[in-house]
Amino acid sequence: MTERHVIAVLVDNEPGVLARVIGLFSGRGYNIESLTVSEVDAEAGLSRINVVTIGTPMIIEQIKNQLDRLVPVHSVRDLTEEGPHVETELALLKVAGQGDKRVEALRIADIFGAKVDDTTLESFIFRLDGQTEKIDRFIGLMKPLGLIEVARTGAVAISRGKEGI
Amino acid sequence: MSQEMTGSEIVLRALVDQGVDTVFGYPGGAVLPIYDALHVQNSIRHILVRQEGGAVHAAEGYARSTGKVGVVLVTSGPGATNAVTGLTDALMDSVPVVCLTGQVPTHLIGNDAFQEADTTGITRPCTKHNYLVKDIDGLAQTVHEAFYVARSGRPGPVVIDLPKDILQGKGSYAPPSVNGHRSYKPKRKGDIDRIEEAAAAMAQAERPLFYCGGGVINAGPKASHLLTELVKLTGFPCTLTLMGLGALPASSKQFLGMVGMHGTYESNLAMHHCDLMINIGARFDDRVTGKLDEFAPHSKKIHVDIDPSSINKNVRADIPIVGDAAHVIEDLTKVWKARQYRADRKKLDAWWAQIDEWRGRDCLKYKPSDTLIKPQYALERLRELTRGRDDVFVTTEVGQHQMWAAQFLPFEKPNHWMTSGGLGTMGYGLPAAMGVQVAHPDALVIDVAGEASVLMNIQEMSTVAQYRLPVKIFILNNEYMGMVRQWQELLHGGRYSESYMDSLPDFVKLAESFGAVGLRAEKPEDVDGVIEEMIAVDKAVIADILVDKAENCFPMIPSGAAHHKMLLGPEDQADNPVSEEGMVLV
Repeated sequence: MTERHVIAVLVDNEPGVLARVIGLFSGRGYNIESLTVSEVDAEAGLSRINVVTIGTPMIIEQIKNQLDRLVPVHSVRDLTEEGPHVETELALLKVAGQGDKRVEALRIADIFGAKVDDTTLESFIFRLDGQTEKIDRFIGLMKPLGLIEVARTGAVAISRGKEGI
Repeated sequence: MSQEMTGSEIVLRALVDQGVDTVFGYPGGAVLPIYDALHVQNSIRHILVRQEGGAVHAAEGYARSTGKVGVVLVTSGPGATNAVTGLTDALMDSVPVVCLTGQVPTHLIGNDAFQEADTTGITRPCTKHNYLVKDIDGLAQTVHEAFYVARSGRPGPVVIDLPKDILQGKGSYAPPSVNGHRSYKPKRKGDIDRIEEAAAAMAQAERPLFYCGGGVINAGPKASHLLTELVKLTGFPCTLTLMGLGALPASSKQFLGMVGMHGTYESNLAMHHCDLMINIGARFDDRVTGKLDEFAPHSKKIHVDIDPSSINKNVRADIPIVGDAAHVIEDLTKVWKARQYRADRKKLDAWWAQIDEWRGRDCLKYKPSDTLIKPQYALERLRELTRGRDDVFVTTEVGQHQMWAAQFLPFEKPNHWMTSGGLGTMGYGLPAAMGVQVAHPDALVIDVAGEASVLMNIQEMSTVAQYRLPVKIFILNNEYMGMVRQWQELLHGGRYSESYMDSLPDFVKLAESFGAVGLRAEKPEDVDGVIEEMIAVDKAVIADILVDKAENCFPMIPSGAAHHKMLLGPEDQADNPVSEEGMVLV
């Protein structure tokens, strides 16, 4: 049985650290559903990698242990295992069309709470954040309405409560 | 702060402060500044190899026989890429190595400059960690950190890529700091509750078995000593992996021999039938487990490893303990004594009776010959003619001879057996023997070799000659890539595709051409004389032992089979064709 896990990895913000993490996944045949990385503490020189992966419990355990033994890795947290957490991702969608389709796209965007970030007479750029499945649904609905292009960040997540990583 | 130094001087100073006395290397354009700095100092001895791959294996031999970090110095581009096999070997076998690679100057990086390679990119998956130094201010600290990473936790190879402008630039030196690493802090002490649990399980076991590996060797000689004590204290049987040989004296009555594909019958059956497996510093490698879903089906498993990622990777551990083998064995012994645990004598005796019955099969016996030299016979004679010496170090190449050496040579102490286990690198033994001999100039260092493997790094005979290293290369020459031939016999209907070693050199003349002594044994009665002379002569020797070309290495667990389906000899082989599932495995 495979499971989806959101894992947060705190790493030294140094050259090559992302390559190490990605190389670990590809070299050992693990899945990456999505991966985001950005510096989160400039003073301490720390970046956070949020990775969504799918695997059997044994593989998930391996992934965490393998990540943890990389030298520039400070901590590895399995948010899915640790309990309640907030997870979100951001998507930009370009939808082109005219007439009814254009109206319908705007209407559905409104229902989903997507923002219109830019428009021309023939296109919109929608911005939507939320759970991955919600974004998947929105993309599905936009397809017949003239979806041209999608840019997604992949999920970021943070645990509930007062404790930090 | 100290006065300004060049980058090269900083590197050498850092090596000295890290206790380095020997570097194995090969110069080239990008590392000329370091070679220039080496030229004007006396603290570090440089051993010039003949190919960079040889430098890494030599450093591995040096490291494994001393417990210190082995150091390699090579140039950019091909220097670094030639080192890749050795680095991978060191990663797989957890050998502490620091490899300094030259790099084109920083302003040329990425420009496809002459002898440029993306060394950190190439070596990322085959090192424990690597660094590209882009700022001279952090240079000294990077070297110190590299040594810390290489030797801490589960040891491994670390590369420091050094652009030429950094080596020529000026900066200040910083001594090693006492503070640990910012993020890399391996756990050394095992969790005491788990250790209590393990000791209790040991006290209750009816058919216990210690299964120990290279982790015990890497934890230092003290760990082997503590293991020997614990094995004695409990009265349990103990098997060792290829990497673990020497962790328990081979002469111990409780030692069952090596485990795994070419391990002993008693070891593998004990693995299969035990009810408690106490794994200390071994990693359930596929050469040991055989078919995973039939592996040791009746046993509870304790797994002690310093690397958490080794635990639950292949085999689920019931009692996982993350920690250094020496610490954990020590604590385990303390708990065992404090709780006054004792094995159930009656049940343990029954278990030993069963093991002795398996031992009675005498699985390493072979059909002797009056006319042909059996490879096993050659090793038996080597064993007998070196018996009693405590300064014998053995390295091997990879193949049948390696397995026979593991089966037939006795290792009483850790750090005296150097073989390429995880990666299985042909060509390992000769350069590794050089590294061992450099570290132990007066010891008897023997590379048990095959004629195919030894040719992979035969250029190192030139290094052997230059430094007058009296290594003994004991070739079991069957004019085949023996293990390849054995598998072709077993799996491919005896079609010996490309496994025949045609146009071999005359090894006696080859030895002589390098100023070494060449000896040859063609008949069984030649063997003793050749070995005696090989040992007696104070020079490098190639002993070409012409052995039975058709001999296969037994016992053998065919790939895809479980432990209790061992082949003990050619007769078994015919009755047990390899499964289709097994054919896919290597």
